This record gives sequence, C-alpha cells and structure tokens, in this order.
Amino acid sequence: MIANELQPDKWVELHADYLFNYAIGKVSDVEIAKDLVQETFIAGLNSAKNFKGDAAERTWLIAILKRKVIDHYRKINSKKGKAEVRIQYSDQTDAEGEWLEERVADPFVKGGDQEIENEELGLAIQNCIDKLPKKQSRVFTMKTIQGMSTEDICNELGINPSNLWVMIHRARTSLMGCLNQSWF
Amino acid sequence: MKISCEQAAEICNKSQYREASLMEIIKLKYHIFICKTCKQFTTKNTKLTKLCNESKLQILSEEEKAKMKAELEKSNN
Repeated sequence: MIANELQPDKWVELHADYLFNYAIGKVSDVEIAKDLVQETFIAGLNSAKNFKGDAAERTWLIAILKRKVIDHYRKINSKKGKAEVRIQYSDQTDAEGEWLEERVADPFVKGGDQEIENEELGLAIQNCIDKLPKKQSRVFTMKTIQGMSTEDICNELGINPSNLWVMIHRARTSLMGCLNQSWF
Repeated sequence: MKISCEQAAEICNKSQYREASLMEIIKLKYHIFICKTCKQFTTKNTKLTKLCNESKLQILSEEEKAKMKAELEKSNN
C-alpha cells in the first residue's frame, strides 16, 4: 500500500460534507457542526507533521473531529468551561500539548484500512457520493440532496437535460453498487 | 407502448424525482412487467431514493465551502 499523503488544499472539496454530516450526527446543530469542521481542518493543518501516512486522510481528519466533538461537550457541560480536563500527554515542556489533536497519531484504525466503523446511513451515502466523478457528484447532490429543479441545475452548470439525466443515471448506478453490500 | 431498456431506465430515474409523466409511468410499468432486469433496476433505484430520503444528508453550500477554504488558507500562512 502506498503511504497516504495529506492534501490540505483539497480538504474542503474532498471531506467537508462528510465531516459536516458526521458532526451533525454528534451535535445536532448545523452551526456548531460547521464550526467544528472548520476547527478540525485548522487543527489538522497544525498537526499535519504528526501524520505518518498509515491511515487514510479522511480517517485521520475524523479522529481529530471526534476530539473536537468531545471538547465541545466538555465546554458546554462545564460552566464557563472551567471544568476542562487538562492532561499532560507528553513531557516535552515546550509543546503546548493540552489538546489531544496535537498528539494525534495514525493508527486509530488498525491495519490502516479505509473503513470507518459504525457508519450511519447518511455517512455511508456521503462516502459513496464522494467516490463519484466530480461532475456526477455535483449533479446528483444538487438534484437529490438539495432538491433543485432540473431547469435550475441545467442553467447553473450549463448542461442540457439529457446530459443531466445521463449523469444522474451513472451516479445512481454507481451508488447502488457502492451501497450494495450493507444497505440493499 | 414498447420502450427500450435505456428508455425505461431514464423514465425510472425521472420518476425518482417525480418528473416522469403519467404516460411514461404506464410505459415503464408495462416494460418492467416483461423485463426482469429493468424490474430489478427499478426496485433498487426506488430503494436508493428511500435511503437518500431517510439519510437526512445535508451539505455545505458553495459559499460556506469557499469561506472554509479561505479560513484554512489564512491559517496556513
């Protein structure tokens, strides 16, 4: 297996929607979820040097997001955030290692495979959508998730309806295959 | 009345978004009555629609993504 590499400039494009839906599942609030995703990306950037390439980029980002979700609950559960638990993770005194993401290492998933456990339906679908060619995923998302009209999508993307239906067909066929084992 | 499997698939896709006409739906029904492959495709396609509806997936708008990207670039410098 080739070692995974981080591509921060593509994070938003590749992972934002997946992380966003993951976060919504944990905090049930769109605005908070959005903030957590943003914080995750920035924390990821800051700890990119700790990434060793054993896990997939997405798995690694999810590990950071998990910490962000826990931090979020800590903050709201303790008045004024005073009850934050601080743990000394390393004895490097110069490192400001009070948050776990600075200590994130790779092997959250043993064997470094791409699977994310306990995927919920929405995440499973998002995962499959992200595997589609870009244009197909765009058209499928606009039509299915955003519920836009055929006309509006055609205008926005500069395609004609028969193009649109061909792309929808390909996207749906791929998704059926991708979701097949666990959901059909 | 007769339609090809390709046409059947297109009508089936359109009907997932309620964009197939009544006449098209009748043609599709007739087609899947005689075509096992398309019947299977229609069942799966309908199931996919159901799963997508159940999933309550949300996505970030293009503006929100652009904003995120800008923030990320800012902290990278």
